[in-house]
Amino acid sequence: MELTSLSVAALQEKLRNREVSPPEVLRSLEARIAQVDPAIHGYLSRDFDAALKLAESADVSLPLGGVPIAIKDVINVNGEPCTAASRILQGYRSNYDATVIQKLKAAGAIPFGRCNLDEFAMGSSTENSAFGHTRNPWDTSRIPGGSSGGSAAVVAADEAFASLGSDTGGSIRQPASHCGCVGLKPTYGRVSRFGLIAFASSLDQIGPFTKTVRDSALLLNAISGRDPMDSTSLAEPVPDYTAQLGRDLKGVKLGMPREYFIEGIDPQVDAAVRAAIRHYESLGAEIVEISLPNTEHAVGVYYIIATAEASANLARFDGVRYGHRAEGAANLLDQYGRTREEGFGPEVKRRIILGTYVLSSGYYDAYYLRAQKVRTLIRRDFTAAFEKVDAIVAPTSPEVAFKVGDRNDDPLKMYLADIFTIAANLAGICGLTLPCGFASVDGQKLPIGLQLLGKPFEEASLLRIADAYERSTDWHRQRPPV
Amino acid sequence: MSAAFDVRYTAQLARLHLSEAEIAKFQAQLSQVLAYVEKLEKVDVSGVEPTAHANAVFNVFREDAARDWFTPEDALANAPRSANHLFIVPKVIE
Repeated sequence: MELTSLSVAALQEKLRNREVSPPEVLRSLEARIAQVDPAIHGYLSRDFDAALKLAESADVSLPLGGVPIAIKDVINVNGEPCTAASRILQGYRSNYDATVIQKLKAAGAIPFGRCNLDEFAMGSSTENSAFGHTRNPWDTSRIPGGSSGGSAAVVAADEAFASLGSDTGGSIRQPASHCGCVGLKPTYGRVSRFGLIAFASSLDQIGPFTKTVRDSALLLNAISGRDPMDSTSLAEPVPDYTAQLGRDLKGVKLGMPREYFIEGIDPQVDAAVRAAIRHYESLGAEIVEISLPNTEHAVGVYYIIATAEASANLARFDGVRYGHRAEGAANLLDQYGRTREEGFGPEVKRRIILGTYVLSSGYYDAYYLRAQKVRTLIRRDFTAAFEKVDAIVAPTSPEVAFKVGDRNDDPLKMYLADIFTIAANLAGICGLTLPCGFASVDGQKLPIGLQLLGKPFEEASLLRIADAYERSTDWHRQRPPV
Repeated sequence: MSAAFDVRYTAQLARLHLSEAEIAKFQAQLSQVLAYVEKLEKVDVSGVEPTAHANAVFNVFREDAARDWFTPEDALANAPRSANHLFIVPKVIE
């Protein structure tokens, strides 16, 4: 087995047994990236020398000692670029570490490589990057999903052991599903957002992409917890997320929401998810049919709230303090307008316009306030469901990865790609996707993801339920042809 | 409501210049998105409180204490133009 195809846990064992050293691991990874990334383009940049320095002094006895971890290019790492895949941040260099990076470093991990994404995390295909598409390792004519498409693709293609991404409406779970990885969106407030470039502040969470459920737990252990630099992070206790792994599912109740098994879903996805649910039954879980009646409103609510928050967050890109500045402006207003025209790509502009409109005088109540009220109804759906069940099982995405270029001129169709992931962000609950099968399309195998949604701050229970499935299946062991 | 939607005016509010081609394209695309989100009009939200955040957290205070953070050089390191520890911007006051 190639070193780079190991899980984080397996790599750690080799590191701790001194079978391999952190610099050797990093060199193997660099060689693998040089070999496969030209076809994938999962990385926007990487600083091998800086990582090597950290590897040379890495303490392998630490929880993630000597393990390189790839970072979505929207999380600040001191001394490195952080472009958000936008021209407006081309040339920007971070001069501080995001809290998650401080925590990873404290756990001995080595941040290595900046992953491609949809510009400012806005998109579902990574085609909105200003610096080129990322390709799906299972079929390079297809998208890897998005917005964290680079973070998903590099883990799937064994050019990273694990990575961090961010999830605002499914940006971890949907690409993880399309690339065949484990992707976890923690509960809102579980992980500090300090140092994450803000898209929609009431929805954004950072989370891991990994090859196994155990690795997901290991990374969550490292990055969780209250942070004085993020007032929305909560002081809930951080358990050892690996502690419940290996347990059986006796007494566990899983809810199957009827609104997530609807017409229009890809029949191969539907079949794989239903088979996974039957598998859960055979493992001893009780399956309960439930209803989340406001599901159909989630996409509409999301595109009002997320764009409203984005239009406010992106006001900071004004060409004054950092990033691109238009040359030769007549006055300050002209400088703002032209800097933003030149710096932002089409999807970001669309969302700024939409967000500005729904917040504007005369429309605020009709759009924004109404969306916030429907958001309450969506939250209540989950609160009611979790009185009956421990977790919810559903498809992560209604489809498998689509072809590059398929949806470029149809934003609404692109927005509907997130139909099953968005509600978790609106409700603030945790969600996880793991591989549950493959669809066969044009002779290619394409991964299908099973989504588990859990109660707020019950990631440990979600990971336990995911782990029981993973231990008794081998979907996660299959590697793409790249 | 979407009938009143005007990309040109909204772009001005957002301090975002757009080309004529972009204005026409976004007007068509976003009118479609607005027509979709207007389905929310049919939801009964009478008596429902709005949710601004998943976790209602109010008044988070910390000690107002000095700590090490950016030096002026750090703060200006990514500035497009700067001099004398200041950002240079076009003249604002006539």
